[in-house]
Amino acid sequence: MSAMKQKVGLTIGLVLILLWCLLPVAWIISLSFKSQTAITNGSEGFLPQAGGGAGWQNYSDVLQDEQFRRAILNSIGISLIATLLSVVIATLAAYAIARLEFRGKKFVLTTALVIAMFPVVSLVGPLFDMWRTLGIYDTWPGLIIPYMSFTLPLAIWTLSAFFREIPWEMEQAAQVDGATSWQAFRKVIVPLAAPGVFTAAILTFFFAWNDFVFGISLTSTETARPIPAALSFFVGPDPFSRPASLLAAGAVVATIPIVVIVLLFQRKIVAGLTSGAVKG
Amino acid sequence: MTTSTVQTATAKKPRSTPKTPDSDRAKAENALGRKLVAPAIVLMLVVTAFPMIRALYLSLFDYSLTDPDERSFVGLQNYVTALTDSLFWRDTANTVMVMVVTVAVELVIGFAFAMVMHRVIFARGLIRTSILIPYGIITVVSGFAWQFAFSADNGFVNGWLPFVGADFDWFGEYGSSIVAIMVSEIWKTTPFMSLLLLAGLAQVSEDMIEAAKVDGATWFQRLYKVILPNMRAAIMVAVLFRALDAYRIFDNIYVMTAGANGTESISFLTYRQVIEQFQLGIGSALSVLLFLSVLVVAFLIVKVFRVDLSSARQEG
Repeated sequence: MSAMKQKVGLTIGLVLILLWCLLPVAWIISLSFKSQTAITNGSEGFLPQAGGGAGWQNYSDVLQDEQFRRAILNSIGISLIATLLSVVIATLAAYAIARLEFRGKKFVLTTALVIAMFPVVSLVGPLFDMWRTLGIYDTWPGLIIPYMSFTLPLAIWTLSAFFREIPWEMEQAAQVDGATSWQAFRKVIVPLAAPGVFTAAILTFFFAWNDFVFGISLTSTETARPIPAALSFFVGPDPFSRPASLLAAGAVVATIPIVVIVLLFQRKIVAGLTSGAVKG
Repeated sequence: MTTSTVQTATAKKPRSTPKTPDSDRAKAENALGRKLVAPAIVLMLVVTAFPMIRALYLSLFDYSLTDPDERSFVGLQNYVTALTDSLFWRDTANTVMVMVVTVAVELVIGFAFAMVMHRVIFARGLIRTSILIPYGIITVVSGFAWQFAFSADNGFVNGWLPFVGADFDWFGEYGSSIVAIMVSEIWKTTPFMSLLLLAGLAQVSEDMIEAAKVDGATWFQRLYKVILPNMRAAIMVAVLFRALDAYRIFDNIYVMTAGANGTESISFLTYRQVIEQFQLGIGSALSVLLFLSVLVVAFLIVKVFRVDLSSARQEG
């Protein structure tokens, strides 16, 4: 009886969570299929009305837009490079923090904490000024460097928490069993650490992909402008005539990489969580 | 719970007694440790500490990029200007209000989500994937989605809410604009909150909950006396992170109202001074004030939570 009640409650909760997560996504997808004329005339309601649909027109318009394509490429390139570099550097630091005893460990963790709290906008002015002097204003490195710096705290924390759970004695045990230290590291530690590294990489990528403040402040042309900034400029100066359905199509395209990553890495995270090796 | 504390305590013990003179091994470990963290620390300091010091310096000047040759030292004048301007205080009040409301709402909804996710056995993959989607979506996109949703011409919100008229203009005045902004913020970040709380829930020992149940504790008693006190650390981390994040609110406001109707945040004000008006002097002063206010917020949260939770623990 009570179990039955719990199951009903959980199902309702589950439906509510799914609605919460997916309703706005469904809405923007619906919007992206509405025609420009329907939008201009005012198209209330959730779904495109009869005759108000645009098919794939908005998508083909958006994808043929040179600036939009450029922005997507910028975002992919900049985010991937920043993620890769940040995760490598964070892995080194997190390994040291989790496994080694050294002076300055507290300093690293405090610095990371302060930077995680840092109001990004505070840095925009000085960076704007510095980057222009250094000649990396409006370039890929000009965004990659701040992204790395701001994703490092998150990556270091995620990873060091993860590394602390790894039974490092297993490495020695493998060595006792006759493995070389490289073999022991590769066959025992790497498989245990990989899911944590993937998790840190996803979070880092999300941050870089999501960034807006640096994107609008440290770029001025399409050479480096990432997709969130491009979307906001897509609007034009007049907020009352925003090309809503076109913008929605652009937003959907910009969201696809995130959804793909969530779907792809989800298994890895779940596998990492359920492998049991850490606890066993 | 008891076993795990004992384990961590014993595991930590030999490490936390470095009073003996350094052995060669300890020295090597020290050197290796520093080498491994060096790239991270250098990068973090180059992009934050150095620019911040520069902002501190620039904030003492009357310095506009439109007129860089006219740069002159004015001491603390920029701070006086900022702190005596009602705009600064209005934006600060607005930011604090958004922070308090969104974090409070997110904590309640996020905890409910975490409870469901913790107990649910079926569809785990589906729910975890779904919850990662709002977290992953670009804030700008969620800002657009909600702005269009609230729009009187093209949105669905007016049609779905029985208590507002079909042509209600959400972005016509302060109250409803800020509600729309907060809805967007809450939608996007509640999943993050719930994931942090879910991790905290997983730390609460089932045995203790079971024991409380055997002792006859009701669901609410178990929640207040067993689950919440044991999640103290996770809740504190979640609140601290989200509060500081909310205090920096910028993207949603930029996209949804561009600061109209007094919805501007303190980040937005700073951005406007520096990037749109090229006022590096006063902008830098605002940057410093923004940073200091974040520190104050962090300090207050840490303080409040310690007090609050230790007293909660004493009665339990």
